[in-house]
Amino acid sequence: MNSFIEVQDVEMVFATKKGRFHALREIDLAVCKGEFVTLIGHSGCGKSTLLNLIAGLTLPTSGVLLCDNREIAAPGPERGVVFQNHSLLPWLTCFENVHLAVERVFGGRESKAQLKARTQAALELVNMGHATAKRPNEISGGMKQRVGIARALAMEPKVLLLDEPFGALDALTRAHLQDELLKIVARTESTVVMVTHDVDEAVLLSDRIVMMTNGPAATIGEILRVDLPRPRNRVELAEDNHYTHFRKAVLDFLYTRHGHVEILAA
Amino acid sequence: MVSAVFHSSLDTRSSEFRARTAAAVPKAAALQEAAAPVLADAPGVDWRGLALKIVPPVLGMALLVAIWGVLTRGSTTFPTPGATFAEAVKVFSDPFYRNGPNDQGIGWNILFSLERVAVGFGLAAAVGIPLGFAIGRFEVISNMASPLISLLKPVSPLAWLPIGLLVFKAANPAAIWTIFICSIWPMIINTAVGVQRVPVDYLNVARVLNLSEWKVITRILLPAVLPYMLTGVRLSIGTAWLVIVAAEMLTGGVGIGFWVWDEWNNLNVKHILIAILVIGVVGLALEWALIAIARRFSYDDV
Repeated sequence: MNSFIEVQDVEMVFATKKGRFHALREIDLAVCKGEFVTLIGHSGCGKSTLLNLIAGLTLPTSGVLLCDNREIAAPGPERGVVFQNHSLLPWLTCFENVHLAVERVFGGRESKAQLKARTQAALELVNMGHATAKRPNEISGGMKQRVGIARALAMEPKVLLLDEPFGALDALTRAHLQDELLKIVARTESTVVMVTHDVDEAVLLSDRIVMMTNGPAATIGEILRVDLPRPRNRVELAEDNHYTHFRKAVLDFLYTRHGHVEILAA
Repeated sequence: MVSAVFHSSLDTRSSEFRARTAAAVPKAAALQEAAAPVLADAPGVDWRGLALKIVPPVLGMALLVAIWGVLTRGSTTFPTPGATFAEAVKVFSDPFYRNGPNDQGIGWNILFSLERVAVGFGLAAAVGIPLGFAIGRFEVISNMASPLISLLKPVSPLAWLPIGLLVFKAANPAAIWTIFICSIWPMIINTAVGVQRVPVDYLNVARVLNLSEWKVITRILLPAVLPYMLTGVRLSIGTAWLVIVAAEMLTGGVGIGFWVWDEWNNLNVKHILIAILVIGVVGLALEWALIAIARRFSYDDV
């Protein structure tokens, strides 16, 4: 097994105004090349924290994170991030937002025309080729998220890190974008780590689902391998026994064994 | 600032009025068919709304002039509106004459004042905006500067005039210095606040995309801070224009403030009234220009 991302015995403690907050403990995880892994858990379980650690936006208190056998010390272009709230720069057009990423990664090697072609191709990959000149406030939430994905993909990352990318979208748009993400990932053979709180999304998209226990001091409770054949079709899967079995397994973990403890924590 | 308040109150009043007429229309339509043309007119030019926007300000002006006229009727010391208007026509018919250093047309006076404001204000922007960036970006600098700013900001700008006179040993640089010192605070503070309020998400984008410091500044910090900066600039130019009149009264030379003081010494009250109006109009124009610029550079963060 050639693991591409390795998380070894990671602890994360935040120093807050109220004192130390132990967010993550004893996290061990290996993600293979081309694998689609989702992190699921109740809110506050540290799944976004884990993603930020892999992205290199925060550094662990102890333990090691490796990407392609190199230690993750800072964010890098080999790890593309799609943020929860799209985080497009409102003063740039869709094209410029994506171009900013392209320019940084390929600017030294390629001509201006090539950079523009790359940007255009990335936007077309997410079906946003028609809206390149628009600013983020002129397009819908789903479209913004697509441009966010295009920006991450345009860097040709080895890993795509998605932090609840469809959380703020309505159910229909979300389903549509999930299908597109599946197609894009199949085409680009990306390695994906995605944070979600949506059980159906996790089962539909993942090769493995990493289920996390409740915080504080959350850790990986269980890892579920979803060996449904690809390409997956959500309509057909709705009646599939294996699918419902996986779905039940996640629900069982989240609600029966690790019911939300926010009331206790508060 | 005054203009903004003025407009918004007008807008709410006219929209209230429209709401009321809209509510009244269905009732009228039920009673008689003649109400239909009122509805048909609505999509075209909104004459009523337009009239409501224009008539009240004109009425307000007329009222002021009327009160002025009544109070000065038969007065020998305070000029009447008519006499002032006639004098204004005379003053503005030849705004750029020159009869020696202390007797120049109103156009020159305004231009000289504007020049001083522009120089002082430009210097303040050149120093204040980068300083604001530094304060916003680095906590050490912020901790160093904030007690000084809190201490110096409430000082009346004219208190700085003697320092300017002492250091520069000339009236004109001293006036510019006063403008500089009074218009720098809003720019420093607003820029610093703007930098501190750049959303963390945007800075995370910068880190993930691994942008160079230059790109971070030009593509993220500058556009994000620009609306705050322009608010600072707008506040400063208002203060600068307030202060220049007072500073020129003290320093002399050619300028609208000096003109007011000179005409007071000549007991030419008509000219003082004209100057007050001119100062108001120029201040308003500066403010409007900056609001227009700010609107051009603002973005909707949705």
